[in-house]
Amino acid sequence: MDKDSKKTQDESQQPEGMSRRFFLKGGSSLAAIGITTLAGAGLGTALPAEAVAPPAAGKEGYTQSFANLGSGNGETLVKMARDIFPHDKLPDQLYADAVAGYDADAESKSMIMSGLASMDAIAKKRFGKRYADVALEADRLEVLYAIEDTPFFQKIKGGLVTGLYNSKKVWPLLGYEGSSWQYGGYLDRGFNDIDWL
Amino acid sequence: MAAKFDLDDNGVVVIIGSGAGGGTLANELAQKGVGKIVVLEAGKHYKLEDIENDEWAMFGKISWLDKRISAGAWHHTKDFPNLPAWIVKGVGGSSVHWAGLALRFQQHDFKTRSTYGHVPGANNLDWPVSYEEMDPYYSRAEKKLGVAGAAASGMPPLPENNHYKVIAAGARAIGYKDIVRPMAINSRENDGRPGCQQIGFCMQGCKIGAKWSTLYTEIPKALATGRVELRPESMVLQIQHDKSGKVNGVLYVDKNGKKQLQKARIVCVAGNSIESPRLLLNSASSMFPNGLSNSSGQVGRNYMVHTTAAALSIHKAPVHMYRGTAIAAVVSDEAKLDTNRGFFGGYHLEGLSIGLPFAAAFIRPGGWGREISSALEMYDHMTCVWVCGEDMAMEQNGITLHKTEKDHYGLPVPVVSKSDHANDAMLRIHGLAQWRKLNEAVGAIRTVDMPPYPASHNMGTNRMSAKPRDGVVNKWGQSHDIKNLFVSDGSQFTSSSAANPTLTIVALAIRQAEYIADSMKKGMI
Repeated sequence: MDKDSKKTQDESQQPEGMSRRFFLKGGSSLAAIGITTLAGAGLGTALPAEAVAPPAAGKEGYTQSFANLGSGNGETLVKMARDIFPHDKLPDQLYADAVAGYDADAESKSMIMSGLASMDAIAKKRFGKRYADVALEADRLEVLYAIEDTPFFQKIKGGLVTGLYNSKKVWPLLGYEGSSWQYGGYLDRGFNDIDWL
Repeated sequence: MAAKFDLDDNGVVVIIGSGAGGGTLANELAQKGVGKIVVLEAGKHYKLEDIENDEWAMFGKISWLDKRISAGAWHHTKDFPNLPAWIVKGVGGSSVHWAGLALRFQQHDFKTRSTYGHVPGANNLDWPVSYEEMDPYYSRAEKKLGVAGAAASGMPPLPENNHYKVIAAGARAIGYKDIVRPMAINSRENDGRPGCQQIGFCMQGCKIGAKWSTLYTEIPKALATGRVELRPESMVLQIQHDKSGKVNGVLYVDKNGKKQLQKARIVCVAGNSIESPRLLLNSASSMFPNGLSNSSGQVGRNYMVHTTAAALSIHKAPVHMYRGTAIAAVVSDEAKLDTNRGFFGGYHLEGLSIGLPFAAAFIRPGGWGREISSALEMYDHMTCVWVCGEDMAMEQNGITLHKTEKDHYGLPVPVVSKSDHANDAMLRIHGLAQWRKLNEAVGAIRTVDMPPYPASHNMGTNRMSAKPRDGVVNKWGQSHDIKNLFVSDGSQFTSSSAANPTLTIVALAIRQAEYIADSMKKGMI
């Protein structure tokens, strides 16, 4: 053990007031496990599940306008979200909900804007069109592979882990039932109903 | 009923931590008539109404999230850089989060050095206590916890949920026979708490209190004696001592951010295997320059977390693994002593459900694409295992203090370093292969291996030893160096076994309480 790293008892025998700010400095719980978050995405804090209209019947389209990032960038972001965790049965609206918070995220705006611009630049160079207009998923993945080590990609992907999979609207579509205590648990609701074994 | 003791009362027994070790010790001492006990708990006092069936919400609410740094060769260094361990900061400690699996250690677990011989690279040591000595305390612990299916408790087994049935069928199909589930969850109403309603979310805190936790068993019982004062949101900074070297007080920050010094007759440390050694190291003085109780140099060393891995298997039809108790069938055939498999020690295959949010977070940290999403899309068809195997003690695995970085209490941030022994790697591979076989035997179409979760089982950093030079505490958890200082949590473990640690922590706390009460009566401490 390194002696220099320790405060000795002799230096701190007297109780004294301790600055409150020490207690207000807590870190982000998700950062602790290496998952980046987007303010309000998932996590039940605010946005977006309850804040937007339910998914449209078809899988195309979403209600967000992405006023700050621009509608074209919004389209790229939503397509990117789907390509990162593609579920064909999920409507666009749920992917849009998962990334909608970035539109109001002034702090990361420049990173998001330049990240999206570089995606479009790579797509134009390789396929002659912007990312969202590249028709084949395999081609779009080439673009994502080219940027997957960038902080921008890592941020979007990390945010989707909770933005998408902690969305209560996504859960039933992927077979998860969520909170159960208010229904008396599963004691009378199929905890042992398996019939195929 | 709850007592209140003066800060200057030097007759007080101070217990640091209110989890399975500290909470049990407080109640046991109080029931024996020890009259003045103060429990200092760093976290808040949550109630049942604070518990939600929501993985991330509860993770954010009750986890110990003060800064820690992961180091060493394990994947946590990259994937969970500030969350080496997944434990609780709150009254009840990690007994709020534990899944309730109450396995006993086996005979050879207490004698790893003499059973395995010298294992290069490992620092194995026999416990100074044997299984035979522990046996009656295990029975008392099983009774206290109301362990379902245990003879000592008289409680019937829990019913089998879907997840249990699939795993048990697969296990039997590949020749396994030792399928168990000793759970500290009420299989019927017991001890003033209801029977299990198969809610799931055991690890987010049991919403109805059917799972044993000191939060709503030992702690309120202790307070009801009028001999115990619980002070939540009280983070201990330092244990102090007198000129003779006996500990005589505990410096802590109270809920208002004020430093307080509680005088003490006896101090018992039960802050789990990162905070407990960290506190002893942070209590260094001119008399004990390497930290309290550290004449052996073993404080903070021999950190063990269990050798673990996890996997999700996708079946041809729905399983709904999340319905019901989080622990499903536990296959214990591989936990027996058998060195023919190419490794020492053994493992339990523990069916352990996780919700979709955590499945997404843990399936492959950093991963993306259809490889991940196609698996998660089959969430309701999944079974899930946690391989829980013996972890060899290695001296270089451990807790040290960061040289410059301080946390919000002004204490050096703990650096938690862990690397595999070659034995661990072999065991992990074997366990995952057997899980795959087990599931394929009942028709699984795909299995996805997952790396270990942040460690919920933390052990060994203040270990017991017969000789003072080999460890930190004696067979009673009493410091070799300072006779009125005790360690009362899993950090006193000499080996990890393959069994979940809580039952053994509780059994040791019951036993330690007898020793402390008796020694106080005789005026020895």
